Amino acid sequence: MIVVEGLRKRFGTVQALHDVSFTAANGRITGLLGHNGAGKSTTLRILSTVIRTDEGRALVDGSDCATESLQVRRSLGVLPHASGLYPHLSGRENIHYYARLHGLPEDQVGPATAMLIERLGLSEVVDRRAKGYSQGERLKVSLARALIHKPRTVILDEPTNGLDVNAVRMLRELIRELRTSGCCVLFSSHVMQEVAALCDDIVIIAHGRVVVSGTPEQILAATHTTDLEEAFVRAADGVAA
Amino acid sequence: MNAVTTVFRKEVLENLRDRRVVFSALVFGVLLAPIIFALTTTLMSKRLIRDQDRPLKLPVVGVEHAPNLMNFLKENGADIVAVDLTESSAMAAVRSGERDFVLIVPDTYGDKLKTGGSAPLDFIVDTSNSGTSSGANRAQRLLNAYGQQLATLRLLVRGVSPEVLQPIDVRTLDIATPAGRSLLILGMMTYFCFMSMLMGGFYLAIDTTAGERERGSLEPLLSLPISREALILGKILATSAYMAVSLLLTLIAFSIVLLFVPLEALGMSANFGPRIVLSIFAIMVTFVPVGAGLMTIVASFTRSNREAQTWLSFVMMIPMAPVLFAVVNNTKPSVPLMAIPSLSQHLIATGLMRGDQIALGHVAASLASTLLLGALLIWVATRLYRREAILG
Repeated sequence: MIVVEGLRKRFGTVQALHDVSFTAANGRITGLLGHNGAGKSTTLRILSTVIRTDEGRALVDGSDCATESLQVRRSLGVLPHASGLYPHLSGRENIHYYARLHGLPEDQVGPATAMLIERLGLSEVVDRRAKGYSQGERLKVSLARALIHKPRTVILDEPTNGLDVNAVRMLRELIRELRTSGCCVLFSSHVMQEVAALCDDIVIIAHGRVVVSGTPEQILAATHTTDLEEAFVRAADGVAA
Repeated sequence: MNAVTTVFRKEVLENLRDRRVVFSALVFGVLLAPIIFALTTTLMSKRLIRDQDRPLKLPVVGVEHAPNLMNFLKENGADIVAVDLTESSAMAAVRSGERDFVLIVPDTYGDKLKTGGSAPLDFIVDTSNSGTSSGANRAQRLLNAYGQQLATLRLLVRGVSPEVLQPIDVRTLDIATPAGRSLLILGMMTYFCFMSMLMGGFYLAIDTTAGERERGSLEPLLSLPISREALILGKILATSAYMAVSLLLTLIAFSIVLLFVPLEALGMSANFGPRIVLSIFAIMVTFVPVGAGLMTIVASFTRSNREAQTWLSFVMMIPMAPVLFAVVNNTKPSVPLMAIPSLSQHLIATGLMRGDQIALGHVAASLASTLLLGALLIWVATRLYRREAILG
């Protein structure tokens, strides 16, 4: 469960977030939709406690991202924008590293990794160095790394960028599985079809503000159209005008 | 497993697989310095030996005017080469380097000697040519010795003690130990040791901060449930481990090289047994936290790998400067100097090589100031890691 209330964030002279509020419920997939530079990554970075908000607050399962950051990071699985794998380590070693830093007991590191390797179909590549991985292989290992501690809340930052169709399908399937198991899934994208294909709730963000949010039906109603693509364009550009 | 240990182990393993890191930390620095050292000392001693053993080849104009002098020179190992040159052509020959030096015996030489006067000899030499100076010195020493001999004879003939001509008798008592004489060269050794120690941690300091940020792996790492202090501490420890290993390997390489270098031929000997090597390591390793902290701080300010490399190459010179200064000036150890990290390790290490008694107060002062600065730098590094700007 993610609750975000009135986030504001300034980097130097740039006001990245003006007013961002939304809720992402457990057992649902929430899409954070916006153009490049709208403030998606900044919002996700505040949630993952890497940066702090200037005003407002962000809660993950009731813990404040600013004051109880360690508790938040424990319950969070983050798939970052860049895969950030260590090229000289094998996929398995990359996953083990995160498992240990999440504090998994040593005797569970191996089995937990093995389970994800099987689920993601990684067994053929997982003992090779990450340097030679394809885009899809990198994504799978990053996913395994992000999910190794069975997080209740999963944040994915533009996960489908640059992926081929098979990898995208695999990812969607996995995200739906996470929903079924009761996780709160928040993922960002700048592609409406992506969000429409997957999300139960949509939050459209433009110029650092949430312009509209709700189920796809609610968004269509609010923007007086029948096409989600059109709804996104109207909502995002309505603020700029 | 503890987060610091996990980070430490991962950084050590990952960098061990990076050929660039291994080459610069464990091969380049470790081998380069001892090899340079071996080459220069071997060349120096070869030249010295060659100059000593080679007969002095002395070109002489007017051999026939001074048969006794020629005999004296020959008896003392000079190889007389009779040449036929005028004064000006002899000068030209020396100037052009065709001859190292030329001795000219004027035809008035014999008459002046007979009448008890001062017999003229012209010795043409180019003192700006360092390559010929040792030969020229030998020739001049021989000529002076001959003159001394003649003077003694003349005084004896007149019934005067030759000591009249020696109102003072300066005896030079050289108290330099063979190890002491090798100090300029051995002083360079601590410089090389610092160099390879810093090179050992160079790429790790960059890779664990600027590199991690550039690859985009820092952000997910920071969203893990570990404190940033633990993270940076693990990284600094890994950097320190590489530095310590580089230092130890360099010292071992030096001690092996010194077995084969003809230091004795240079009138030097080095105190470099296993015990001394370990003591020097123990003293110099206290500098590792300072170096690791300093490099990590600089690397976390920079935005990219390349920028970090540029800056670090400069920053590495800071701890080296006092060492170089001390080597050149032959600085003597004192308590205030022991407060300067890197200089204090240099002074104590050279003292150990020289076989000096090391004052415990010096060691304590060096240890305290160095470890304190190291702790301070590492603390600053952890503070820097708490900034948001660390993400770049």
